[in-house]
Amino acid sequence: MKYRALRILIIFSVLISLAGAQDLASFEKRTTVKKLANGLTVLICERPEAPVFSFFTHVDAGSVQDPMGETGLAHMFEHMAFKGTDKIGTKNYAAEKVALEKVEKAYAAYRYERDKRVGRDNAKVKQLEKAWQDAVQEANQYVVPNEFGEIVERNGGEGLNAFTDDDETGYHYSFPENRLELWAYLESERFIHPVMREFYKERNVVIEERRMRTDSRPIGRLLEQFISAAFQAHPYHRPTIGWLADLNYFSATDAQHFFNDYYVPSNMVVAVVGDVKASEAMPVVEKYFARIPSHAQPDEVSTSEPPQNSERRVILREASQPVYLEGYHRPDYLDKDDAVYDAIADLMSEGRTSRLYRALVRDKKIASVSAGFTGFPGNKYPHLFAFFAFPLPGHTPHEIEDAIHAEIERLKKEDITDDELKMIKTRAKANLVRGLAENEGLAFQLGQAQARYGDWRESFRQVDRIDKVSKADIRRVANQIFVPTNRTVGIIENIPAASTNKGGQQ
Amino acid sequence: MKRLASYSFVLVSLLIGISILSTVTLGQSDWRQIPIRPLRAFQPKQPKRIQLPNGMVIFLQEDRELPLIDGTARVRGGSREEPATKVGLINIYGEVWRTGGTKAQTGDQLDDFLEIRAAKVETGGGVDSTTIGWSCLKDDFDDVFKIVADLLHEPEFREDKIEIAKQGEYDNISRRNDEIGGIAAREAVKLAYGPQNSYARVPEYATVAAVTRQDLIDWHHAHVHPNNIILGITGDFDSSAMEAKLRQAFTGWPKGPAVKKNEIQFQPAKPGYYVIPKEDVNQSAIRMVDLGTTRDNPDYYAIEVFNEAFGGGFSSRLFRDLRTVKGLAYSVSGGIGTAFDHPGIVRLSMGTKSQTTIEAIQGLYEEIDNLNKQPISDDEIKRAKDSILNSFVFNFDSPEKVLRERMAYEFYGYPADFLEKYRVGIEKVQTADVTRAGGKYLHKEKLAVLVVGNTSEFDKPLSSLGPVTTVDITIPPPPGEKPGEAK
Repeated sequence: MKYRALRILIIFSVLISLAGAQDLASFEKRTTVKKLANGLTVLICERPEAPVFSFFTHVDAGSVQDPMGETGLAHMFEHMAFKGTDKIGTKNYAAEKVALEKVEKAYAAYRYERDKRVGRDNAKVKQLEKAWQDAVQEANQYVVPNEFGEIVERNGGEGLNAFTDDDETGYHYSFPENRLELWAYLESERFIHPVMREFYKERNVVIEERRMRTDSRPIGRLLEQFISAAFQAHPYHRPTIGWLADLNYFSATDAQHFFNDYYVPSNMVVAVVGDVKASEAMPVVEKYFARIPSHAQPDEVSTSEPPQNSERRVILREASQPVYLEGYHRPDYLDKDDAVYDAIADLMSEGRTSRLYRALVRDKKIASVSAGFTGFPGNKYPHLFAFFAFPLPGHTPHEIEDAIHAEIERLKKEDITDDELKMIKTRAKANLVRGLAENEGLAFQLGQAQARYGDWRESFRQVDRIDKVSKADIRRVANQIFVPTNRTVGIIENIPAASTNKGGQQ
Repeated sequence: MKRLASYSFVLVSLLIGISILSTVTLGQSDWRQIPIRPLRAFQPKQPKRIQLPNGMVIFLQEDRELPLIDGTARVRGGSREEPATKVGLINIYGEVWRTGGTKAQTGDQLDDFLEIRAAKVETGGGVDSTTIGWSCLKDDFDDVFKIVADLLHEPEFREDKIEIAKQGEYDNISRRNDEIGGIAAREAVKLAYGPQNSYARVPEYATVAAVTRQDLIDWHHAHVHPNNIILGITGDFDSSAMEAKLRQAFTGWPKGPAVKKNEIQFQPAKPGYYVIPKEDVNQSAIRMVDLGTTRDNPDYYAIEVFNEAFGGGFSSRLFRDLRTVKGLAYSVSGGIGTAFDHPGIVRLSMGTKSQTTIEAIQGLYEEIDNLNKQPISDDEIKRAKDSILNSFVFNFDSPEKVLRERMAYEFYGYPADFLEKYRVGIEKVQTADVTRAGGKYLHKEKLAVLVVGNTSEFDKPLSSLGPVTTVDITIPPPPGEKPGEAK
């Protein structure tokens, strides 16, 4: 029910783990992968520490796949996946189905008239809007609100939620171990028979989500503008939550089409981690998930971002306190240097020994927080490596900019020290180990690696890749991408609201 | 969506697989026919409790899954005890205890030493306690534990790190009115508890500036004594070897004075409407608050069931009516708040577009009125209890959670089997208890209603509902600066 893009700025370190061969060997014994006949991949990892399990359903479609003019649709469908099925959430599906078809007809007629650029008849718009609203009301009489969530909660589900980002959509919660079959039923049904009921009310809920995360937050406004400036051709330039006009445009039929196109079994990985035995659980999971009908995968996104040839700047003048952000284009996660970027992010940002903390917070005393991170706004396609800082009172984004650039220059001109390189590698190993202690996190990590690389073991091998990073690699990559023409800058400048004295700001 | 993150520990083996099969009476469809067998019997591992002669309480929780050892020491006394003229002291103390280093090593030297081992030692300040914790690979335990012990006994609070901590506080103060969510959260607590209440007050430039190195040293000497400390360790170690190590490290540490508790006054604001205008938003943050109660109140279990049915999760009334059916909010929740040792806050929260602000307030009121007109039904109560009891296992599904809960009960003087009592208490709750609890703690006419938003775009003026008080959130300027002067 949420989307993740905006979290990145606040998350300080997001190193996903890696482990030594010994851990990988232990997981080899406990992990089973099966590709079902319909193309869906199931991963089961046995971790019988407590009588519970977590799952993560990874769908390889995110806001990048939103059709033109329908931004926000991937995230909208994610919300609809909580609305039930032809059996859950309805008092009479046969009648409801007819009523929902009427809603769609009425909405199409209303939208057609409403969006006419020439010759719109406003009286007719009003009348068609009412007809649509009446149809919605008629359909609503068949709805049992939130029955899907109710079943999950009533059965002890924990952490029922989902997220959509630019690259993917994920669904997750945890259950007591005796509910595996119930889970397999519920999770497969929502992707066999989703019903677009209460669509237009839920669209308003999503618009409220947009107001909360983007419109009413200065940093939300900055990130949206920054990303759209940094990407011009690739769909990363569009917000996952969607532009307001698009949210007010798309229909339940559009969401159903999105589902039909992208929720293809071969586009999905289901990872289950916890107190389950693969020998017993796999047949149960297969029984339910094999029912999802297979069909052809949609075409991949083919647009690629052309090389940036001039610096871009986005400056927001706000009543809030200043923020500095800059990003540089880098290749996607499959690039041979992927681990080098992870190493740079760690070096610049992790803990009080990090270069940005020591330079901007400890020594220059111009920022309260500063870090660099990669994978922005996603990482499946070429994306950004970004740096940010919050200037301390009395200091400006321009001072921050100079200080960050000084650190980047150091990275380009001097080798990092032996100790720094050791820290990066040791932390990568330790972080891997720390990530293995929770079902939820493991399900996400293994499921995502299975989806992204076709092999869950890659989440362990990332450690090996970081272990191979050299000082020369770091200088080479830094010199390659941290150049002014490859840069987009986003700034919030503070303008005092005192002139109006109404802003609740100082 | 979350519940009860707090209660985790139990002695019983769990046969709590309460099947919804036996209770559902609606028409048949597939999911109701799926068999649910009883949950596998499970005996969560209990930590070993040790009390040293000097009063220090230690919990040891072995967990051999991964080669890590993590620990936390919680020290009695926190920001609720800091003087009103030095609010922010505990935040600064919580940071500089670690960054200021020890007599032998600077904080920077500690950083270098620990980071190369991918280990952490961190300190923090909270409302009723301060903490020092660590996380390390088990082979580094002795080295890391030595640093923890040095910080307990000989912290140095170096001036350069105090300055960095203060700058961080100033930065927080300067940014605290940037987002409506933060403003609403802070000001709602002030309305519920009173602006000067020590759970509600916040640091100001002047109170932070007033904090000195001597204050940090004095705080440390007044509080960090073994009899004020609860230490919990979890991970890959042998308990008896660890116990011997800890006895050796701490037995010679003499007792100190017990922490004094201040008498804290709770003075909820007058019921009515409070507004904080903010022009750069298109959504209003609405909070309705009153004083709640404590968890040792016999009504606690009925309150928990009430909260689940009224405002907690997908199937609650607030979520269903205001989000799903009316489409008025993304974020809506509410309930009767409880805390271990002081009253929680009765709080209804909602975010809605500026143009439906009054409609949303009326919608929340309607939900309260409906509690009388359509009391929470047997079915709603059954659902709420199922939800709490069937997810009960998640309170103790890791050794670390069990440890954390035991430490909390020890800290607040709750019985060690509080979680088991909780389960029994929830099971016993009857419909009449829930109705009574709702009626006793949630009163429309007692609520202080706070709206942070773009007043010029509201559907109606807030004053159409009653007299409105504008809350001034202007940040008092640093000492020596004039109001309105940019910092």
